[in-house]
Amino acid sequence: MVDFGGWDMPVQYSGIIEEHNAVRRAVGVFDVSHMGEIEIRGPQAAALADFVTTNNVAKLKMGQAHYSGLLYEHGGFVDDILVHKVAEDHFFLCVNASNQDKDFEHIRAHNRFDAEVENAGPRYAQLAIQGPRAQATLQKLTPVDLGAIRYYWFTDGEVAGTPACIAHTGYTGEAGFEIYVPPGEAERIWRLVLEAGAGFGIRPCGLGARNTLRLEAKMALYGHEIDASISPFEADLGWIVKLDKGEFVGRDALVRQKESGVTRKLVGFEMRGRGIGRDGYEVYLGGTPAGWVTSGSPSPTLCKNIGLCYLPIEHALAGEAIQIMIRNQPVDAVTVETPFYKRAK
Amino acid sequence: MYPENFRYTKEHEWVLVEGYTGTIGITDHAQEELGDIVYVDLPKPGAHVDQGKSLGSVESVKAVSDVYSPVSGEVTEVNQLLADSPEKLNQDPHGAAWLVKIRLSAPAEAANLMTAADYQSYIGAEK
Repeated sequence: MVDFGGWDMPVQYSGIIEEHNAVRRAVGVFDVSHMGEIEIRGPQAAALADFVTTNNVAKLKMGQAHYSGLLYEHGGFVDDILVHKVAEDHFFLCVNASNQDKDFEHIRAHNRFDAEVENAGPRYAQLAIQGPRAQATLQKLTPVDLGAIRYYWFTDGEVAGTPACIAHTGYTGEAGFEIYVPPGEAERIWRLVLEAGAGFGIRPCGLGARNTLRLEAKMALYGHEIDASISPFEADLGWIVKLDKGEFVGRDALVRQKESGVTRKLVGFEMRGRGIGRDGYEVYLGGTPAGWVTSGSPSPTLCKNIGLCYLPIEHALAGEAIQIMIRNQPVDAVTVETPFYKRAK
Repeated sequence: MYPENFRYTKEHEWVLVEGYTGTIGITDHAQEELGDIVYVDLPKPGAHVDQGKSLGSVESVKAVSDVYSPVSGEVTEVNQLLADSPEKLNQDPHGAAWLVKIRLSAPAEAANLMTAADYQSYIGAEK
């Protein structure tokens, strides 16, 4: 167990590679109850949600969710979040555990709309059931027709007789569901999910496999790819920024950055030499320090050592020869197209 | 689980002393904490190692960790099995997946180390 922002979290159960492969090939279940939840309610809920996030809340339909950024005025990330539109006057935000209190204060500080903002983390536990057999597993526990929930949509329903929000979302690059349930029911539902998936070879999965899975799918992790010093354009997340939607926190800085262009950008790499370029290692271009690794790991799916790094914009494209300083030795790597892994539809 | 004839370090290495030869490895607890091991970096025969100093490293999917030598001496043999099959370290850390053998320069050093019983209570308390 490791301490993760005050939560005791298992890094692994049976082993990272075994858990990772279970999610790619069958199904895995993650206890991600540490994730935070913030709810915004009231007639002005949409106005506040739109003002504090980069994506276009007005485009969301009831029962739909999207990935978005919560930014400071200077354009750096407070957090990356999922915004769910529950009703015209009710939005449900899933945020990073370690950022929950900071996010809540940030949203409240910008609440000039008189919307109601609730730090709702203690009211929810979250389980992620992910992989090609996730639907078949969860379907055994709910009367809700899971096949009818499109990707990045969600619905209220019941799981094992308990009220639950069931979302077709995930952080693994596979199809799957994230369910939000009352904390007192989480352990019982966890066991039932494991039973329901037993015939498919379900594995309980820890933070280690969550990291290798999201990295292969090139999904950002706060504190690694993004933080207060990084803008969405630099993080290759321009697609969650809707500059033409109207005013929002950080917009002015992003407009200026769009005009002048960014100087660095996130890019994927594969190791060519022996070694693993890990978080924080320096990246060299032709013998000169040029950037840093944000995440790096063996990829269990591709059987290569992969990673993400920041490089000067003129070198942030596939096919650049780079060196990564691994324990004081430069080791060859090459930048590549991302995502590293994309599931077959 | 933890052989009585080994001595153990707080950094989770073991050494088996037989005359002037020491066989060094990492403990079952260490391999379990590290998880799936993907690289093992070890010194070459002839290298000198000092008690408590880095002997090499073991890298798993999740992290890279230094291995500290439990005793001082000269490396006489490196376990070739681990170059091609680092995962053996997860399977048999106290047996086939030993790391190096060294010719001890100060055999009395092993007396500083923990017995199997001490080590087991040490990792019990760490949890």
